[in-house]
Amino acid sequence: MKKGSKRASGAFLNYGIVIVFYIVFQILSSTGHLSSSFSGQLIPICTYVIMALSLNLVVGFSGELSLGHAGFMSVGAFSGVIASVALQNYVTVSSVRLFLAILVGAAIAAIAGIVIGVPVLRLQGDYLAIVTLAFGEIIKNILNCLYVAVDKNGLHFSMTDATSMNLEPENVVILNGPMGALGVKKISTFLSGIILILVVLFIIQNLVNSRSGRAIAGIRDNRIAAEACGIQITKYKMMAFVTSAAMAGSAGALYALNFSTVVPKKFDFNTSILILVFVVLGGIGNLRGSIIAAAILTVLPELLRQFQDYRMLVYAIVLIMVMLITNNEKAQALRQRFIKTLFKNKKKEAV
Amino acid sequence: MAKEHEVKLVSVESPNLIPERDKQYPLVLEVSHLGIDFGGLTAVDEFNMALGKTEICGLIGPNGAGKTTVFNLLTKVYQPTRGTILLDGKDTHGMNTTKVNQAGIARTFQNIRLFDKLSVEDNVKIGLHNHINYGMMNGVLRLPKYWKEEKRAHEKAMELLSIFDMEHLAKDEAGSLPYGAQRRLEICRALATGPKVLLLDEPAAGMNPSETAELMDNIRKIRDTFHISILLIEHDMNLVMGICESIVVLNFGKIIAKGTPSEIQNNPQVIEAYLGKQREV
Ligand SMILES: Nc1ncnc2c1ncn2[C@@H]1O[C@H](COP(=O)(O)OP(=O)(O)OP(=O)(O)O)[C@@H](O)[C@H]1O
Ligand SMILES: [Mg+2]
Repeated sequence: MKKGSKRASGAFLNYGIVIVFYIVFQILSSTGHLSSSFSGQLIPICTYVIMALSLNLVVGFSGELSLGHAGFMSVGAFSGVIASVALQNYVTVSSVRLFLAILVGAAIAAIAGIVIGVPVLRLQGDYLAIVTLAFGEIIKNILNCLYVAVDKNGLHFSMTDATSMNLEPENVVILNGPMGALGVKKISTFLSGIILILVVLFIIQNLVNSRSGRAIAGIRDNRIAAEACGIQITKYKMMAFVTSAAMAGSAGALYALNFSTVVPKKFDFNTSILILVFVVLGGIGNLRGSIIAAAILTVLPELLRQFQDYRMLVYAIVLIMVMLITNNEKAQALRQRFIKTLFKNKKKEAV
Repeated sequence: MAKEHEVKLVSVESPNLIPERDKQYPLVLEVSHLGIDFGGLTAVDEFNMALGKTEICGLIGPNGAGKTTVFNLLTKVYQPTRGTILLDGKDTHGMNTTKVNQAGIARTFQNIRLFDKLSVEDNVKIGLHNHINYGMMNGVLRLPKYWKEEKRAHEKAMELLSIFDMEHLAKDEAGSLPYGAQRRLEICRALATGPKVLLLDEPAAGMNPSETAELMDNIRKIRDTFHISILLIEHDMNLVMGICESIVVLNFGKIIAKGTPSEIQNNPQVIEAYLGKQREV
C-alpha cells in the first residue's frame, strides 16, 4: 500500500504544482508585477512543459529515443493554424476554436506518428532515433515550400507558390512557404495552456499506472521477458509513441496560435534537442522534473538578459548545476538528508 | 500424490525416437527432430521428446550441452532451423515468443530477467496481462471497469505470490530482491500467464539447500494446483531425482538418454558424460 499511495500522492502533487504555478503568475500579471516580456513567455512555457512531458513518455517510459519531436510540434502547429483559420467564420467563440484547433493538431500529429511508428517500431535497436531525426528535417523542408489558402471554395494547397492555387479574389493565405503562417489570430491563453498541461499529465500518469502502462514499462525493462509474458511489443511501443506525438501536436497548436507569425524554421533540430535536454535534465522518467526543467530553462534566457555578455556562460553553469542536482547520486543523497533534517526539525518544534 | 502421476516409460531402441512414453497420458508437448545451427555450430540436433499432462520432466546435461537453447527454441526466442513443436496437438510453426506464450508455454530464465525497476506486484501483473480485460481508454479515464479489473488483478497477483509466501514483498522493487526471491518471482510471473507447460531454467541456481528443498515442494504444489506440465533444467541432482518423473539427458546438443530417475542414474552413458564427471568435481 505504501508505494502505491506514494505514487498516487506524487501524481496529485504534480497537478498541484501546475495549478499553483498558474495562480501565482495569474496574480502577478493581474497586479502588474510581470514585465511584458515575461508574460509573453507564459504560453511558450506551457508549450515546452507539454513537449517535455510528451517526450518523457517516449524516452522515459517506453525507453526509445526520439530526436525529431519538434517535427510533431510543427505538424500540430501548422495544422492547428489551418484549422483555426478555416473555422474562423463557423466557430466564432475563440476558446472553442482553440479547442478544435488543438484537437486537429493532435490528430494530424498522431497520424504522422503512426506513419513513422508502423515501419520503425517493429525493428529492434535505435532506428527510431535516426528516423525521427530525418522526419523532423523532412517536415521542416516540406512546410518550407507548402502554400495553403482558403477562399469561398474551401482550402487550397500548393507546393510551388501562392499564385498557382487559382484563388478567388476574396481569400486568406494561411501558409506562405518559408514565411510560414502570417496574420494568425492569437487565440491561445495562459489558462488554456495550463488546462492542456493538466490534461497531458492526467493522460500520462493514468496511462503509466494501468495495464497498458505496465506493458510499456515492461518492454523497456526487459524486452525478451515481456515477450515471454505474452505482450505484443509493437502494439505497446506504438501506443506510447503515437500518444506522445499527439501530445506534441497539441502543444504545437497551442504555441502557434499564440503568435501572429509562425515560421517552419522554428521547429528544427535545435528545438528537438532542447526538448530532449529538458527531459534529461529533469530526470528520465521523472514527470515533475520535466515540468520544472522545461519551465525554468524556457524563461532562463529571458531572465539572464541582465548579465548581457555573460548570458550564455551563466546559462551553461545553470545547466551543469541542474544536471548535478538531479542526476548525481551524492547530490541526491544530500538532498534527501536535507529534506529529512527539515522534517525532523519540524517534528521537534511540534512536540 | 506423486504415485498418481508416476509415468511408466516404454523402453525404446534408440533414445531419439518418439513415442517413448506411456501413450495413456495425453500429451501436451510433442517435439520432433528439433534442431538449430548457429553458423557452423549445431547447438541442438534431433531433439525428440514428449511431455505428458501434469508430468514433471527434467532436462539435464553438462554445461554447454544445449539445454537453454532447447528452451529458447520452444519459446521461439530462437527460430528453429528444423523440426516441429506441437503444443496440445497444434503446430507452433510461425508463432513468435508472444504468440507461443499466449498459446500456453511460459518460462523462466537462467540469467534472471525481471522487470527490475517495477514492483514485485507489477511484475506479476505483467504476467497477468492477457487475463486483464480493459484497454487504454478505460485505463486513462479510470472507468469502473479499470477499478474492477485492477482489483481482480491485485487479488490474483497476491494469490500467486502467496505460493512462495512473498505477499509482504509486493511493493518492493523487483531488482532489489535477493537472488532466491527473484527466481521465485520469475516463477510467479510465468504462472500468471496461465500456461499449460512451464519451463524452468535452473530454478534452484544460487539457492541454499533449505531453499532448494522448499522449492521442490513448491514445484510439486504448483503442478498439483494448476494441473500443468513442467519441464525443468537443473544441475542439482537431488532436486532432479527427487521431483522428476522422467528425465532427458542432453550432451553436445543431442539426447543421449531418456528414462525414469533410476534408469538414468544407472545408465553408463549418462554416468560417463555427466554424472560421473560431476562426482569427480
Ligand atoms: N545465440 C547463440 N549464438 C551462438 N552460439 C550459441 C548461441 N546460444 C547458444 N550458443 C551455443 O550453444 C551451445 C549450448 O548453449 P546453452 O546455453 O544452450 O547450454 P546449456 O546446456 O544451457 O549450458 P549451461 O548448463 O551452462 O546453462 C553453447 O556452445 C553455446 O555457446
Ligand atoms: Mg543453460
